Amino acid sequence: MTIHTQGITVALFATCINDVMFPGTPRAVVSVLERLGCRVEFPLDQTCCGQMFTNTGYFDAALPDVRNYVKAFSRYDYIVGPSGSCIGAVRHQHPMLADYAKDAKLAEAVDEVVAKTYDFTELLVDVLGVTDVGAYFPHRVTYHPTCHSVRVAKVGDRPYQLLSKVKGIDLVPLEAADQCCGFGGTFSVKNPDVSVAMGADKARHVLDTGAEYLVAGDNACLMHIGGLLHRENSGVKTIHLAEVLAHTEGAAA
Amino acid sequence: MNAREEILARVRSALVDVTQPDPVLDVPIDWEYGRPVAMPDVLDRFVEMCEDYKATVVRCGSAEVPGRVAVLLTGAGVRSVVLPARLEPSWRQAVEAAGVAIHDDEPPLSRTELDAIDGVVTAAAVGIAETGTIVLDHASDQGRRALTLVPDTHLVVVRSDQVVPSVPEAVVRLSGAVAEGAALTWISGPSATSDIELSRVEGVHGPRNLLVLLVE
Amino acid sequence: MSTPRSSSPPLRSPEQLHGDPAVSTDAARRTPAPPAGTYLGMPRFQKNAREQLANEQLRKNLRHATGTIRAKRADRVAEVPEWEELRLAGEAIKNRTLRHLDTYLVQLEESLTRAGATVHWARDAAEANRIVVDLVKAKGVDEVVKVKSMATQEIELNEALEEAGVAAWETDLAELIVQLGHDRPSHILVPAIHRNRSEVREIFLREMKQYGTPAPEDITDDPAELAGAARRHLREKFLRAKVAISGANFAVAETGTLVVVESEGNGRMCLTLPETLISVVGIEKVLPTFADLEVFMQLLPRSSTGERMNPYTSMWTGVTPGDGPQEVHVVLVDNGRTNALADPDGRAALRCIRCSACLNICPVYERVGGHAYGSVYPGPIGAVLNPQLRGIEHEIDQSLPYASSLCGACFEVCPVRIPIPDMLVHLRKQVADHKRGPHVESTAIALAGWVLSDHKHLELAERAAALAARALPHTTHLGPLPWPASPWTRARDLPMPPQESFREWWRKNRGEERR
Repeated sequence: MTIHTQGITVALFATCINDVMFPGTPRAVVSVLERLGCRVEFPLDQTCCGQMFTNTGYFDAALPDVRNYVKAFSRYDYIVGPSGSCIGAVRHQHPMLADYAKDAKLAEAVDEVVAKTYDFTELLVDVLGVTDVGAYFPHRVTYHPTCHSVRVAKVGDRPYQLLSKVKGIDLVPLEAADQCCGFGGTFSVKNPDVSVAMGADKARHVLDTGAEYLVAGDNACLMHIGGLLHRENSGVKTIHLAEVLAHTEGAAA
Repeated sequence: MNAREEILARVRSALVDVTQPDPVLDVPIDWEYGRPVAMPDVLDRFVEMCEDYKATVVRCGSAEVPGRVAVLLTGAGVRSVVLPARLEPSWRQAVEAAGVAIHDDEPPLSRTELDAIDGVVTAAAVGIAETGTIVLDHASDQGRRALTLVPDTHLVVVRSDQVVPSVPEAVVRLSGAVAEGAALTWISGPSATSDIELSRVEGVHGPRNLLVLLVE
Repeated sequence: MSTPRSSSPPLRSPEQLHGDPAVSTDAARRTPAPPAGTYLGMPRFQKNAREQLANEQLRKNLRHATGTIRAKRADRVAEVPEWEELRLAGEAIKNRTLRHLDTYLVQLEESLTRAGATVHWARDAAEANRIVVDLVKAKGVDEVVKVKSMATQEIELNEALEEAGVAAWETDLAELIVQLGHDRPSHILVPAIHRNRSEVREIFLREMKQYGTPAPEDITDDPAELAGAARRHLREKFLRAKVAISGANFAVAETGTLVVVESEGNGRMCLTLPETLISVVGIEKVLPTFADLEVFMQLLPRSSTGERMNPYTSMWTGVTPGDGPQEVHVVLVDNGRTNALADPDGRAALRCIRCSACLNICPVYERVGGHAYGSVYPGPIGAVLNPQLRGIEHEIDQSLPYASSLCGACFEVCPVRIPIPDMLVHLRKQVADHKRGPHVESTAIALAGWVLSDHKHLELAERAAALAARALPHTTHLGPLPWPASPWTRARDLPMPPQESFREWWRKNRGEERR
């Protein structure tokens, strides 16, 4: 892969949940990428990856989102999203949905756009060739590798590479890190008891680290674990990886 | 339609999407069968793996085998053994000389009779180093399957040329016996269970003592 | 659907499965009575799971057991450098077999017949049970010994035999614990995984004396002592049994060889000592060649018990003159398998070799155990297989595809690479399609679908969220709320939406210069 040190144009796929609930995360992506010399665009006709519908069994409700994604992003060479889960859904489920729709033209367009779609950590490490993004975050943090970022988007150890280069950070290991937090999309409300039992174990492991912040690459999982931590008044805050990377010396933490 | 015809018809109608009639062309298998593994320390590994699964292993030269058989049996407290028909005669003589009562399986011993016998001595067909496995093909120097099952101590003599590094090589060596209809018993350590809290316990129904004599 | 339907009342709850063993003891029975009720009558997974989660002891037992076996598997798999190639080979061999199953079944039948075995075919559970019962009755016996077998659990053979006056004795230690405990299995490999050592001790002390050699009165809860009690209890049964019943892990079409992989030696006892052996084998168990075993004899032990090799594997080819059973029967069972085969998206589930690695790794299984799944096949593979084999008519089978957070850990450990998460998603679609007419979920999905189908709709929703946020400017999180938010907020706070969406921020800060 060619490494671009500057000047590329990147289309930001904010993802619906970040757009509506966690705007600080896509703002952080914009901040980091601009700091690294990229030109960031945000196609306003974007909506959602559709996985909430797909994973609940409503493929037809997801299809407009697949078409939207193609329409909003196919003109770009680099598309980036700050969510292993949503990027994973684009890569893994959009081709399946296009096949389901028996729409060969859509399938072809999906294949093209999928090949240009990156998780934020992949764009930084693989395309821009950086692990030190000049961030400063003088806090004790622990990182939860969310299931879809690891097993669907397959971001590997890129998040750890990036976090390890953040100045002032105290990154402590998380017990049973690779076990699911129990969010699971609609699983969290269709099987709330199991979801909460899983989340409670994750929250306990987080508390055991003594970290001030729990970091992850998916705000949905953080909303679930954070919801448990907040209910317990634990004092542990949740933060998206992109927001950690956006912090620089001099900026208020 | 009888059950056979109906099930086969269901299978065929379930597979209408399969258009290539040749299974080998339809689904290629990217795997080299029977590939030999280079393992310079194959005998050491075999011993290590057998011991790891709680078998007692003794190595000796071929001349020492009869004496070792006798010592191992008496050392394990075995007072009576059943011996397969074609066991090496010198082993039998040594067992006899050691004062261990010998039972023959001719006519076949009943289950109750077998249950009253302490041990059994057999040869083997194949040893597998990477897993510590001994395979019996129940040839006449190993006896029918019940002989190596009911008595509580099994002393098995494995020749070094019978030990292969890996499972695939063992399967290659065993294919001839299977083609001739032989039953196989793969043995890796003594009988064991992990059924209570996943904690491994040696010794349930099969022989609780597995003694391996490796002949070099 | 060729599904066994029992007329017995539905289970009120899975709690009964652990419940008072005295409830259903019937003096006329030969063997311990299982819990009342049927799997198919069970409520949906969500409800069963909630009850199981409340059982602290169960969760402790499961956490310990699954944690132990997960670690063992990981160690043993790490020893094999070509593990991924082995998985691919296992997948390919099974795919080849399944895509040409008719060819291989006919070949298997020929090989078995040539080797002196008698082959029977059973369309469904009832037919399989009838065949076995008739064979057993023809031998004039009133008891059989059994090797642990998922297929016979699936068809509920023990109860069919009991109804015919034949006692079927389970001989695997865990199956014995389940049988004597008037219980149901909760795991494919370790059916009594939900029991700890002191529970096992109590069961053995109370029950063994009613069915044969008692457990010693002074027995402790040491697993070695408990295994010793099982050895003594079962030995008399092994020594007198005239008929044994087994399943098979593999059936080799080329040679007619059947394979049983086990640990304790109870399998060898059953396969070797009785005069008659009846093996009940699902039609998907066939493998093309003997050489294929080199792949599966590596994949199965390491995935299943986390061992380099299991203590004992028996391979037999029909009748061996002068050695072992001289009358050998093989019952090939469909019982819904051809339904799964007919779905190209679902066929992969038939690759399953019942190793249970997916159960052990599954965070949902670890917390709720096997009984919540309403089948002898629990865990991730059960969530796929049961709706495939039984259809989606029943509440339990409709709920199983949703019994997963789709975390994907099951696929990573599956030795034959069954894409369980993808298959669950496809089954969810079948369930959603099956529930015709508007209901809460489909209405919510339709609404959300409309919002997200076009950015203009999404922007409307964003403005509504921002308005709510501005109305409560000092609230960062929402606590417990009434339905429909209650499933989330009962235990988890919900963050308030921000006063400004990202889109709005972009428009204000970057929008003039760029799109």
